[in-house]
Amino acid sequence: MSLDNPTTPQFKANARQALANENLQSALRGARNGFVNGRAAARAKLGPDEFDALRDAGRDLKNHVLANLGDYLEAYEAKVTASGGHVHWAETAEDARAIVLDICEQAGAKTVNKGKTMISEECGINDHLAAHGIKPVETDLGEYIIQLRGEHPSHIIAPAVHVTVPEVRDAFMEAHPHLDAERDLSGLDTLLAEARGELRAKYFEAEVGITGANMLIAETGQSIIVTNEGNGDLSQSLPKVHIVMASIEKIVPTMEDAGTVLRILARSATGQDMSVYTTLSAGPRRAEDPDGPEEYHVVLLDNGRSNMLGTEFQDMLRCIRCGACINHCPVYQTVGGHAYGWVYPGPMGSVLTPSLIGVEEGGQLPNASTFCGRCEDVCPMRIPLPKMMRHWREREFEKKLTPGATRWGLGVWAWFARRPALYRLGTRMGMAALRVMGRGRGKLASVPLAGGWTGSRDMPAPQGDTFMAQYKRAQR
Amino acid sequence: MPRVALFVTCLVDMFRPSVGFATIKLLEEAGCTVEVPEAQTCCGQPAWNSGDRATAAKIAQDVIRAFEGYDYVVAPSGSCTGTIVKDYPQMVEEAWVPRAEALAAKTHEITSFLTDVLGITSVAADVPRLATYHDSCSGLRTLRVKEQPRALLASAGITVREMEEAEVCCGFGGTFCVKYPDISTSMVGDKVRNATETGAEMLLAGDLGCLMNMAGKASREGRGIEVRHVVEVLAGMTDTPAIGEGK
Ligand code: SF4
Repeated sequence: MSLDNPTTPQFKANARQALANENLQSALRGARNGFVNGRAAARAKLGPDEFDALRDAGRDLKNHVLANLGDYLEAYEAKVTASGGHVHWAETAEDARAIVLDICEQAGAKTVNKGKTMISEECGINDHLAAHGIKPVETDLGEYIIQLRGEHPSHIIAPAVHVTVPEVRDAFMEAHPHLDAERDLSGLDTLLAEARGELRAKYFEAEVGITGANMLIAETGQSIIVTNEGNGDLSQSLPKVHIVMASIEKIVPTMEDAGTVLRILARSATGQDMSVYTTLSAGPRRAEDPDGPEEYHVVLLDNGRSNMLGTEFQDMLRCIRCGACINHCPVYQTVGGHAYGWVYPGPMGSVLTPSLIGVEEGGQLPNASTFCGRCEDVCPMRIPLPKMMRHWREREFEKKLTPGATRWGLGVWAWFARRPALYRLGTRMGMAALRVMGRGRGKLASVPLAGGWTGSRDMPAPQGDTFMAQYKRAQR
Repeated sequence: MPRVALFVTCLVDMFRPSVGFATIKLLEEAGCTVEVPEAQTCCGQPAWNSGDRATAAKIAQDVIRAFEGYDYVVAPSGSCTGTIVKDYPQMVEEAWVPRAEALAAKTHEITSFLTDVLGITSVAADVPRLATYHDSCSGLRTLRVKEQPRALLASAGITVREMEEAEVCCGFGGTFCVKYPDISTSMVGDKVRNATETGAEMLLAGDLGCLMNMAGKASREGRGIEVRHVVEVLAGMTDTPAIGEGK
């Protein structure tokens, strides 16, 4: 997968591969319930009522922000500028790439430290910098692992969740040949310690640090990131230039509002009350500051988001990227994040991807859902994800992107469904045929045109005549 | 006596009429007069979930016309009930919204109708067996059906032994199961494994789509678990072969 060439249109083939990949399946099984149970425990501990009240507050807050987005962004920009920072508006991913490269080149950067940022993923920053001779170094453990493996994140908060521990060990053995070949790398803690040790030196080499932002505060001009490893702090305070990459909907009005979101974010994501580190940055180093960057830049990315305002997809912009919908999605749990073929997996990706890369490219994703509704049930921003996936299906139907056979089948079925007498006749004949084929065994091992079903499961045969026919006979 | 219209659902009509008769029996035992409107076919969900709004609206309006004259509408399915209750008001043409809302307000899934509307706490059946229960998605998350079937099953002598991930989708998802057969198969494989690992003799649920999916997978894998709709057990009608089993 490359970010400019999403494999999203091949979702089905990707999914088949994922199902056949034993390492991936073992990693997915191992990760399946950790976040789910964590969130459930956090909700119980806080009290379900308070938890749900926070979700309401989060939804209302974000709706207010989206209704006044331009104002808050301008207020934010004014604050950042006043503190000596620079705000850059990037309409597209390409713009963002150019802006970031320019800043890095101005700073004479050879190495750039990266804190975890999905916006940088969305823009393909790493490849772009590397193509221009600048080395990006991921400092988040998960990101570091997948960087070593030459991969992209498969999850927005747990980028390496698809990798098994033995695979991490192999990657470290290969990447750190200067270390003792006999060392013990069997546990997560030893892996983390080794990554820390390797990364520590790099922190001091980098001329530029790039981080994401969980929120931007309009009132104060601050940006907030939450991490569990503290890598964000070092990526942003050691290099002489700090770049924050954020998308426009990350804005909140005040510090208090940020508090509301923080209270629900980690609980929804990992089940922690709070992430271990909550780091704020507000501009370049001031005279009285003991440390901090000399230059402070914020790249604000639109990349199609403002087009979602005022449409049936606006609610998606409430998303705080907690990953809860992904963690709870049975389709994601079955195929993992890479099958989705672009930056954002799971239910949030299934709504967002068609918005950002077009429904022609991304249209598979909103179809690959059973509408089980678990995502909406856990979303801290109460985003009606299944409903929005259905809206994508409506757009596809309108644009005649729905496969011809499906449209035809639907048309025939609907024609009968609206003519009960003919429908009765048709269902009776159909069921009689299936019964004959079932030959009294109660099930069919294969049914013409239903290979999708009977390839892997039997088709229960109809019991007898249809209910409506039997009922009518009994009434006489 | 409340006059109840049975919305039998397309799958029950075609594949498992006994579920319709069991529903009628339960409703009549609970003191309802049951009628089966002749003009019913399907709730329209396949069109709605395929993005075909115009067709979905027309079918919804047909259903409203056929069912709005009763005190209640009851269906042996959380999924079809969920469509009528949650989706119809958004599905129909503007002028139909009040009628859609009125229908939504009196439409219920069978087990929750018995317990929450009629206040029934026990059924006449006596089936002292060990079962596990799959919570179908729409029933659970749209209608909050969870304890209702379990309470009624307990009154019928059933012991429910909960499986792992009882609330996780079985992978049916309407057309999903044939559009994405590989993913669907993997999901239903997990489901029947979780169900059989409880050691239960029976796997019950309240939606025939999920049940056919689970029964089909269990049968293909030779799991030897008896798959039935919850109303068959509640109505004491377990003499019919289970789903996917021959005579
Ligand atoms: S859609 Fe909701 S649950 Fe999913 S990542 Fe966004 S905020 Fe979290």
